[in-house]
Amino acid sequence: MSQVPEDLKYTQNHEWVRLEADGSVTVGITDHAQESIGDLVFVEAPEPGTSVQAQEACAVVESVKAASDVYAPISGEVTEGNEALADSPEAVNSDPYGEGWIMRIQPADAGELDGLMDAAAYQQLVADEG
Amino acid sequence: MPHQTPLYEEHAGAGARIVDFAGWAMPLHYGSQLAEHEAVRTHAGLFDVSHMAITDLGGERARDLLRWLLANDVAKLDERPGQALYSCLLNERGGVIDDLIVYYREPGNYRVVSNAATRDRVRPLLQEESQRLGVTCSARDDLAMIAAQGPRAAELVEQLFGDQAAAALACKPFQAALMGEVFAGRTGYTGEDGFELILPADSAPDLWRRLVAAGAQPCGLGARDSLRLEAGLNLNGHEMDEQTTPLESGLGWTVAWDPADRDFVGRAALEAQRAQGSPWRLVGLVVEGRAPAREGYTVHTDAGDGVITSGGHSPTIGGPIALARVPAAAKDDFRVVIRKREATARPVKPPFVRHGKVRV
Repeated sequence: MSQVPEDLKYTQNHEWVRLEADGSVTVGITDHAQESIGDLVFVEAPEPGTSVQAQEACAVVESVKAASDVYAPISGEVTEGNEALADSPEAVNSDPYGEGWIMRIQPADAGELDGLMDAAAYQQLVADEG
Repeated sequence: MPHQTPLYEEHAGAGARIVDFAGWAMPLHYGSQLAEHEAVRTHAGLFDVSHMAITDLGGERARDLLRWLLANDVAKLDERPGQALYSCLLNERGGVIDDLIVYYREPGNYRVVSNAATRDRVRPLLQEESQRLGVTCSARDDLAMIAAQGPRAAELVEQLFGDQAAAALACKPFQAALMGEVFAGRTGYTGEDGFELILPADSAPDLWRRLVAAGAQPCGLGARDSLRLEAGLNLNGHEMDEQTTPLESGLGWTVAWDPADRDFVGRAALEAQRAQGSPWRLVGLVVEGRAPAREGYTVHTDAGDGVITSGGHSPTIGGPIALARVPAAAKDDFRVVIRKREATARPVKPPFVRHGKVRV
């Protein structure tokens, strides 16, 4: 069973979102997502300053098998991409909710966070996808 | 429902991620494709290749049949029982229907191992031609096939089969011998030493378990693909298809032009292309940066655009490699288009990796 931490929000596209003390959010892909994608060999995080719309593809994670888009969970401005992943993409596999974070976004409207799933709803989504 | 090989329960029981491949439920990986790849380069890995099509041809005219259907010439196998030959099976236009290995077992007795994805295309061809020439054509779906690959594969075979393994261990690449009921070919698809073991389906799970217990790492289709790419080996449906000739796919060396009076299916079309010169050639590319250059991506060159036929991350090299079909005249200035960006690439002659060593 893949891990779904209680304190995070989730998207239909299998991203996780953590609200930080400074009002920004950290985004990554879920344990379930990294498990289905397989061993990661390349991550392209967005440049700081990039404006993103909710549901817009803004990062790419590539496994040995295929490339997958990572979508912005909410609209806002990218404040940081995880540059360490350029040299150690495997961190997304080994620590998807920690070292494997992909980007930080300053939300345009923090209210958008309320539209995301909680852990229970996400767990249900994963179960439904079988 | 996809077909299951005799080893399906072994894969499912080991927690493999199962995917549909050409109508077969096959393991993609057992946890980590990279670890499986590494095991084959440094130790030994196991692949279930029972989905491939094994067909036995018997009779006085089996040799004639294969000399007519295959672009390579099984006459090269005469007087050499146990010897194997790699060949393309072409259509009349010289396009590649399949690539296969044919083993010469004894006079009037050949074994053909062809791809799973083309089973329904190749089997009827063999059957039709067999009927015409009075050859016995047996679809050996009662058999399973396990590939044991890697620098330690021979050791494992010796450990498990003892004295029975002597003939198989004496085999050079592309030779085969019997170990009891197991037909062992010193062949594979990884660029490493190893064996492809063909045996009765009922016996396959036991041999698989004993090989695993002896230390071989079960490997899925994912590692099979990254290993064959590093080895610079073509995959039908990617480097070649029915619209592509061997000359455009880096397989000119498998076409036996001599003797000139041997006609084979597709010969006339190939002769014409050979006289004109093939407009394309297949090259290996070592791509700069870390982003994988994948199948279908455009390759700019000094002589026009080409396309990647297979590409991805090379675990051994630690970066992207690819096979690409490019204009025959292309010499310089190779650039792969990766999501609107261009990455420069160095053309090389495959293999990229052989016997555990980087060659490019």
